[in-house]
Amino acid sequence: MGKKTRMTGARALIESLYAEKVEVMFGYPGGVLLPIYDELYDADIDHILVRHEQAAAHAADGYARATGKVGVCLATSGPGATNLVTGIANAYMDSVPIVAITGQVPRPLIGNDAFQEANITGITLPITKHNYLVTDVIDLPWIIKEAFHIASTGRQGPVLVDIPKDVTTDEIDFEYPDKVHLNGYKPVKTGHKQQIKRGAEAIIKARRPVIYVGGGIISSNASKELLEFAEIINAPVTTTLMAKGAFPDIHPLCVGMPGMHGTKYANFAIQESDLLIAIGVRFDDRVTGKVDSFAPNARIIHIDVDPAEISKNVRVDIPIVGNARSILKVLVEFISELKKSKSGTTEWIRKVEKWKQLYPLKYLMDESLKPQYIVEQINELYPDSIIVTEVGQNQMWAAQYFKYSQPRTFISSGGLGTMGFGFPAAMGAKKGRPDKVVFDIAGDGSFQMNSQELATVVKNDIPVIVAILNNGFLGMVRQWQDLFFDKRYSFTSIDNSVDFVKLAEAYGALGLRVTKPEEVGPALKEAVDSLRPTVIDFVVEREENVSPMVPAGAAINEILDLEA
Amino acid sequence: MKHTLAILVENRSGVLTRVAGLFSRRGFNIESLAVGVTDNPDISRMTIVVSGDDHVLEQVIKQLNKLIDVIRVSDFEPGETIERELAFFKVKVDKGNRSEVMQIVDVFRAQIVDVGVKSLIVGVTGTNDKIDAIEKLLRGFGILEVVRTGTVAMNRGAKTVKPGK
Repeated sequence: MGKKTRMTGARALIESLYAEKVEVMFGYPGGVLLPIYDELYDADIDHILVRHEQAAAHAADGYARATGKVGVCLATSGPGATNLVTGIANAYMDSVPIVAITGQVPRPLIGNDAFQEANITGITLPITKHNYLVTDVIDLPWIIKEAFHIASTGRQGPVLVDIPKDVTTDEIDFEYPDKVHLNGYKPVKTGHKQQIKRGAEAIIKARRPVIYVGGGIISSNASKELLEFAEIINAPVTTTLMAKGAFPDIHPLCVGMPGMHGTKYANFAIQESDLLIAIGVRFDDRVTGKVDSFAPNARIIHIDVDPAEISKNVRVDIPIVGNARSILKVLVEFISELKKSKSGTTEWIRKVEKWKQLYPLKYLMDESLKPQYIVEQINELYPDSIIVTEVGQNQMWAAQYFKYSQPRTFISSGGLGTMGFGFPAAMGAKKGRPDKVVFDIAGDGSFQMNSQELATVVKNDIPVIVAILNNGFLGMVRQWQDLFFDKRYSFTSIDNSVDFVKLAEAYGALGLRVTKPEEVGPALKEAVDSLRPTVIDFVVEREENVSPMVPAGAAINEILDLEA
Repeated sequence: MKHTLAILVENRSGVLTRVAGLFSRRGFNIESLAVGVTDNPDISRMTIVVSGDDHVLEQVIKQLNKLIDVIRVSDFEPGETIERELAFFKVKVDKGNRSEVMQIVDVFRAQIVDVGVKSLIVGVTGTNDKIDAIEKLLRGFGILEVVRTGTVAMNRGAKTVKPGK
């Protein structure tokens, strides 16, 4: 940059965002943001005005997941800021790099219960990787620099920057720093050589290895390295919900998702394995089931960028801390040096292959409209789409029945399980990847949590397709009531009710309704060909269950078959 | 088990909340806490004494290390540190027992830091145990008020807790 220019804090914020190459942001104005919005009026940033701040946070999240860049959202003080909270928590749980900028009341009013004041740095303390309250305009450039650096490095995550209104009107001689100075933040990049070597030796010796991968593969862009690694050691790969697309579903070594709604063969493979190679995962309870019975015969190698994940839930034998991609590269080198024969796992692969044939994912297809069939049809017709999901049954069917082959093509709220995430996240994904067909596979419950964003996608011409698997139930909760509460469907029926076609039309979107299997394909084509934001109301079988299922707290080989 | 932690942090507002939050979320009660600036004015040092499950504490330490404002965390080995705290006791006295209190003060190498007509303030530094012991003895005279700092601790010998590079 070099030459310093005198400018207001609001202008300095915009210049800082330029310096971070921010092209798109999602926001909603308010009183304390007026100076910033005045600058945004003719700024060279594509600002998308949402209809609820929660959607701004989810859209920034979806944008970040689809592109690998940092997503940015902006909200005013008080309620604007608190409306971001769910979206920030969601990004935190799934380690998604977003920078949330909030307006704050002027400094002299802070702490006085001023109009639209909320202590947002206090509120978001446990759900951000870090946050800042800017108390002097001089600090603004380095804080923005640090915020983007922290969000996008190490284990990624959300960072919030709270800017009082009078800071945005104060003036500084602006200069954007080119370096950050963070004494307490030095993420490990390359793994410890000796540990990697120990890992390589264990891998060579293993006869029944399983590679268990998570979102870390996607955030470190390690799909290529994973593929090479899996093929060299010839081991089955199980991809968690967060890792869908990190390894091709159709690859012969892929055994699909582990855990509660995972494939039987993934769970059996984990339970029988003698070496579990866990990469970029956090041994979530939805994956491990009963921890004491998880992978009982396996030694465990855990590769993760976050040292705090090592031995958090499950005791690890060989921890390797660092970036998954760089570690996998070195691991492959070591193994290639050590390995003599390739046949060590042939028998194991044959056994896993047999489980695959015996226990495929399946559902009963009859003349009724099955939600799984709809997902399969989307896969059949638009296999290169980005699939975003809501939370619940829709999410599990989208994970089970679509065959993902590329990273960043499956976007879902994994850790927090946020209903209402999918639609605004799809909007963010589409902004980031306009070349892709983007579907939000939704439930009628989840969609209604952020359906107001129809106004945003229509106004800004963001043609996402919402495929509502409409069963008139909060389906996943109903499924648990069905199985564990004697079918007492307490407050889970929502069949009253909404005409989603008319709702879409009221907002100026295309609305379609499908009630029969043979209408699915034509409706999908009509939606994609229209190039318009579209809602398809798929009226599906009401009491279809997600299968298979490991009940909460059970070992992952104690599996229920639920196909009707 | 009881642990004494030394935590080097950026000398900024809000850091204490971040650190304390990690303990409270996991049900740890901080037994004592002392904070002060170091030889580098940008860095403060906290000494925290906690007791609880070792595995959970290991998690807390890892999480502390993740905080951006935390520069270094050191879990002291028991027995390898010098630990001290400071306490003031305001003791009720009269003509009859004033000298008795002063004898106790002498034995503990404490100090009388304030003298009033009806009260004395006894200042004492020492280990947690020593302060508990003098408190027990002074209680007999009637303690009007107590204030204790948290423990501060430092490694014996040449070993240091420094920010590093």
